[in-house]
Amino acid sequence: MNIQRREILPDVFLTTLQTEKFKSDCLSVNLLTQLDRETVSKNALLPRVLARGSAAHPDMDAISAVCDELYGARIIPCVRKLGEILSVGFYAGFIADRFTPDGSRLLEPVARLVGELLLSPSTKGGLLRKEYVESEKEKLIDDIRARVNDKRSYAVDRLIEEMCAFENYGCDDLGSETYAAAVGYVELTRWYHDLLRTAPIELVYCGSADANRVAAALRDAFITLPRGEVDYELGTDIRMNAVESSPRCFDEALDVTQGKLCLGFRLGECMDEPDFAAIRVFNALYGGSVTSKLFMNVREKLSLCYYASSSCDSFKGIMLVSSGIEFDKLDEAKSEILAQLDAVRSGDFSDDDLESARKSVASDLRALTDSPGALESFFLAQTLKGLDYGPMELAALCEEVTREDVTAIAAGIELDAVYFLHGQDGADEEDCEDAED
Amino acid sequence: MQKIEYTSVGETLYRDTLPNGLRLSVVTKPGYTRCFAFFATNYGGADRRFKLGGEFIDTPMGVAHFLEHKMFDMPDGDNALATLAANGAQPNAYTSSGITAYHFESTENFDSNLRMLLKFVSTPYFTEESVAKEQGIIGQEIRMCEDNPDYVIYDELMCCLYDHHPIRDSVAGTIASIADITAETLYNCHKIFYNPGNMALAVVGDVDPEAVRAAAMELLPAEAGEVPGRDYGAPETLMPAKPRFIRAMEVSAPQFLIGAKLPYPESGDALLRSKLLSGIALRYLYSQSSPFYSRLYSEGLLNTDFSADCDTAAGTMTVFAGGESRDPEAVFDAFCAEAQRVADEGIDEAYFSRVMRSGYGARVRALSSFAGLCASMADADFGGYDCLDSFAVTNTITADELLGFIREHFRRDRFAMSVITPAGKECCESNA
Repeated sequence: MNIQRREILPDVFLTTLQTEKFKSDCLSVNLLTQLDRETVSKNALLPRVLARGSAAHPDMDAISAVCDELYGARIIPCVRKLGEILSVGFYAGFIADRFTPDGSRLLEPVARLVGELLLSPSTKGGLLRKEYVESEKEKLIDDIRARVNDKRSYAVDRLIEEMCAFENYGCDDLGSETYAAAVGYVELTRWYHDLLRTAPIELVYCGSADANRVAAALRDAFITLPRGEVDYELGTDIRMNAVESSPRCFDEALDVTQGKLCLGFRLGECMDEPDFAAIRVFNALYGGSVTSKLFMNVREKLSLCYYASSSCDSFKGIMLVSSGIEFDKLDEAKSEILAQLDAVRSGDFSDDDLESARKSVASDLRALTDSPGALESFFLAQTLKGLDYGPMELAALCEEVTREDVTAIAAGIELDAVYFLHGQDGADEEDCEDAED
Repeated sequence: MQKIEYTSVGETLYRDTLPNGLRLSVVTKPGYTRCFAFFATNYGGADRRFKLGGEFIDTPMGVAHFLEHKMFDMPDGDNALATLAANGAQPNAYTSSGITAYHFESTENFDSNLRMLLKFVSTPYFTEESVAKEQGIIGQEIRMCEDNPDYVIYDELMCCLYDHHPIRDSVAGTIASIADITAETLYNCHKIFYNPGNMALAVVGDVDPEAVRAAAMELLPAEAGEVPGRDYGAPETLMPAKPRFIRAMEVSAPQFLIGAKLPYPESGDALLRSKLLSGIALRYLYSQSSPFYSRLYSEGLLNTDFSADCDTAAGTMTVFAGGESRDPEAVFDAFCAEAQRVADEGIDEAYFSRVMRSGYGARVRALSSFAGLCASMADADFGGYDCLDSFAVTNTITADELLGFIREHFRRDRFAMSVITPAGKECCESNA
């Protein structure tokens, strides 16, 4: 794979991952902005509104017709939370040129359409169309409300919201219903122009076209981009310690038959100079794989829950543990989840456990190189971290992570918040208060 | 092994039926890091009553799924999931109404991982203690499904559509039904359904097909067992058993799933054609680039969650369309009216060619999902066709044939709908 990064227009950077390996190409446009409670809903709404129509293709029927002709190319409005940086834009997927039966080239027309949606929206009197804004607002609010439908992810979202209530990280990438409802089309238009002028822009392409062809196609597509003073003061505020001296507890009652217990931790000291490979291996060992401590003990050996797993956000320096339990197993499950963390801290794991964790992480990373979409998100994250190595290199680093590296990470981790979702007349709230490590 | 080249889409398929009856398919993907192996038995949640050695056997709801959970236990105390993971694989398994599948993805040690997969799926080991323990774990899973509107809406739609076919039953069973499962039940069902004559092995990756074949020859039983006859009861009519299911749950907005039964074709070729026709019909009528969708989207009746699909399992074929809407009944009306409109007005040639073009792109993209491709290959092996023929067969489907298919099967009286409404909110007058 040939990897190149270059500036194709002022403050517009293109990363090209060129390979003949795939049957489909992908292209993403990412306008970077600070994640913030008050603006997140505008950011979430904007690409959805832009996707409704451009000056040349003013409605969904017109856009669909073009996409169908391009062998079902998909252009999806896309908002991603990367630590406390928000990427706002589009993600396009289309088949590789060599598989179009009529030999047509798709990169150029797809890039053109993406550029058109971003830069020449369908407007009325210079403003984004009110009917599109109102319609997308309604759908955004539906999506915000729909978070409760999947209890497993809802519980994790709620934990983050409570645990990081005083940090920007606490807001969801869709934002809140209140802020979403307040966005008007005039305000959104103003926001749109500000964002176009000030956001650093990262373009990522993965597919068979070479870097020069991609750069030319995108330069043409984005040539009318207005640029002002670009804001590079973006970043993630990393909190090293728990907010209070003892973990904060939150609980919520909904009509459910299975409880969800989520624990939120600060990764602590290791975030001073994060060793991303070691954090990945630690997570796989503790709760991120099927050979992990949580899976093997809390789920398999003790049957305390149907699932228990951990995940780390190395942008923000937090770890979340998510589990599904019977309501009355709260104390037991929580102590066991913490006991397993202690075990990792004190080095109570076998060399085989460590080797499995290293292998699982390395294997996941190598598998990334088989998917254009996975490569795209990996390299976007790397760019934001200021790193330039690929998944193969990171996999090799993970294989060298030592027992000491892992216990050192575990040593600095601190429990900050506990969230428990239970039934309407389920567990009483005090259970959460007195079970501490 | 038979080698088939699909040059237009750049794929090569190797296939064989081994002397023990195992159907083997391998698609080679030179240059790829990961490999995917998928070992499936043609045995799922709906296979509850079957005939073996001339006698009918009835089993409780949830056995196939229970068996899947217990297959990972090995006689030496090891857990196959952990052993595979320790060897660098990402193993998992699932049970549907029609099949049980064990699979892994790996970027190294493919050969030894494949051997472990073949070995553990062929090695039954159950004790009364381990079965009792699993009843707790699966009990949790059943509860989790009961809270999940996606499962409830699907299970209930199947109960609307089907009158008595066991595809109505929840794959995981119920807390009560799994209480009746014993180690003996599991041993019996393993013996009957996990014989190579009832199984398929599909592999996708940068692998040597002959080595895959050799591993299967070496590790699996030499003889095919008797393939049991399944009893799904008397044939179902094409009419739904009841038109609606409505339940309130903890959801933010009403969820709906519309469905209809289609006749299950007798031959493999007819099955493939019927699946492709269903796919094109759904794309023509209800895809996210259809006039139907853009109209209902603009009216605020549908959002991007809306999708449509066709599924076959245990001798049934069903088309679905579902999503979220403030007014599912209005969506249902528009859904049926759109099929009626096309049936009356005929096919728009220009739009048909667009649909065929975007469908082609979607099928090419689908070839990149190793897991999806393996599952399609195993489905094709059990169904008696070749999944990569879908490209050539699709090219022979005309607008006229599509129109005939829509006229015959997309009729209002054939459709039923399952709806989940938000608990505690008074809405949907049609509830009464």
